[in-house]
Amino acid sequence: MLLRRCLGYFFIPCLFLLFVSCGQGGPTEPVPSRTTIVNVGSDTMVNLALAWAETYHELHPEMSISVTGGGSGTGIAALINGSTDIANASREMKSEELEEAERRGMTPVEHIVALDAIAVVINPRNSVAELSIPQISDIFAGRITNWREVGGEDRPIVLASRESNSGTYVYFLEKVVRRDDPNSSDLFSPEALLLPSSEIIGLEVATNPNAIGYDGLGYVTPKQKTVRVARTSAGPFVPPSIDTVNDGTYPVARPLYVYTVGEPTGAIRDYLEWIVSDEGQRIVAELGFVPLAGA
Amino acid sequence: MEIPAVPKEVDWREFAVEQLIRLMGVSAIGLVLLIFLFLIKEGGPALLEVPLSNLMGQRWYPTFDIYGLAPLILGSLLVTAGAIAISLPLGVATAVFIGEIAPEWVREILKPVIEIIAGIPSVVVGFIGLQIVSPLVREFTGAPTGLTALTGVFLLAYMALPTIISIAEDALDAVPQSYRNAAYALSATEWQTIWRVVLPAARPGIITAVMLGVGRAIGETMTVMMVAGNAARMPLGLDALLRPVRTMTATIAAEMGEVARGSTHYHVLFVVGLALFIVTFAINLAAAMTIFRRERGGGGRFLA
Repeated sequence: MLLRRCLGYFFIPCLFLLFVSCGQGGPTEPVPSRTTIVNVGSDTMVNLALAWAETYHELHPEMSISVTGGGSGTGIAALINGSTDIANASREMKSEELEEAERRGMTPVEHIVALDAIAVVINPRNSVAELSIPQISDIFAGRITNWREVGGEDRPIVLASRESNSGTYVYFLEKVVRRDDPNSSDLFSPEALLLPSSEIIGLEVATNPNAIGYDGLGYVTPKQKTVRVARTSAGPFVPPSIDTVNDGTYPVARPLYVYTVGEPTGAIRDYLEWIVSDEGQRIVAELGFVPLAGA
Repeated sequence: MEIPAVPKEVDWREFAVEQLIRLMGVSAIGLVLLIFLFLIKEGGPALLEVPLSNLMGQRWYPTFDIYGLAPLILGSLLVTAGAIAISLPLGVATAVFIGEIAPEWVREILKPVIEIIAGIPSVVVGFIGLQIVSPLVREFTGAPTGLTALTGVFLLAYMALPTIISIAEDALDAVPQSYRNAAYALSATEWQTIWRVVLPAARPGIITAVMLGVGRAIGETMTVMMVAGNAARMPLGLDALLRPVRTMTATIAAEMGEVARGSTHYHVLFVVGLALFIVTFAINLAAAMTIFRRERGGGGRFLA
């Protein structure tokens, strides 16, 4: 849970230090030339990026990839600053970020590297099993405040959301709360809990029978119950899974991106090609994300 | 009186040490001033970019350029006031017990134990809060969620306690023994001596203890971010303690990592920092004024 994230933060710098110290080696012994790719960005993708980096390093010991989280915005800012080679993002670049990059003479190139289903999760003791997107929108905007109104028990609804800087927050707001309607000005209810990590959302949903949350499918644990979701109240209500994302029936799925400056060349191109290969996409599935169709 | 002649060398050393201490004192003030200037420099543009009516608003949706600071300021004040309401009586009572009542060997055990409490990292306290305190709060109060202001209040009170106890205990320790002897000579009981003589004499030190406790509570970030729910609602009404709350510190910590440098949101976060600075400064100033006003009456060590 939270520990995993903490360990991640601890482990990543350690890994990085390890690579650096390996890289220096002794000045007398001939060390094979070593290439380091720096990778910063989305917290949603940090475990995925770490798994890619570790596996790739095993296959190509001369390649080191240092992975850091921080959020999609952090990654893109680092890319524009030139402090990272590739940026992970769980959302598309914003127009102001593109302008900033162009002002510095850069052309960011977008690569879709995996898909992610956003699961709507509730406590296993909650009897509600399916919700339509209009209902979920009403719940998160604060128009429905009791589970009774969507066929559950007479309990208040507690909303568990990510912080507003999360790519997942922005995606969920646009696609679900605003129902993909650009003219909608719906916002998350001011009562919504803004929790700093997926793990804390998971903990709140797993322990509080009133709670409803949303998060990437890769972060859903057996202690949470995923809700079947339909585009309209008419159905069909579909559970989130790799199959339902690939055949397009699960309505809340998004691509995960990697950004580079210009078309990638050399080692970075090889790495990105490996990520979208069968082997890279197998890791995607292992971590609970959805591999690219046809890979 | 004739001052005895001092060897020249010692005189020179004395001068150097004196200047060094003066430099340190001045640089402490200088640093505070620099922090203030930095906050104004980074936060200033926001005051030009965002209309004041927006900043005075009651809703905080930074993604949509809605920057009402009121819920954040009130949120910080609510959890801080709640934490002090619990930790002040508990802390002073503990300090009195350690300083005036407990036998020597109990004191030798209690003091280091309390210092250990002060050393527990805030993320660990937050973790305990998530796993243990928050479910208990939900079950006992019937609140819809355990991630509430009250949960934050309990944990912040716990974190402010060691500060309050240590400094209040120092203040009690600094009350001259002759005061106590005089009270006993007038046939005062132990309780009367503590309540009517020792505590009033230590008053400035105890106020300092509370101020540092307030500083600990209002500045604490990680713990409140983990357990208080962070919903930017106006914490008004009787049930505010049983609802989630968003503090200024949690807002800065949660959002600073992701904002584009130089954007309006970035500058507004510095305005939040400025508001935090001003609130803390005002509280400390009020406390210092109380101390100065009553200083003549007290014999406690002046710590502020």
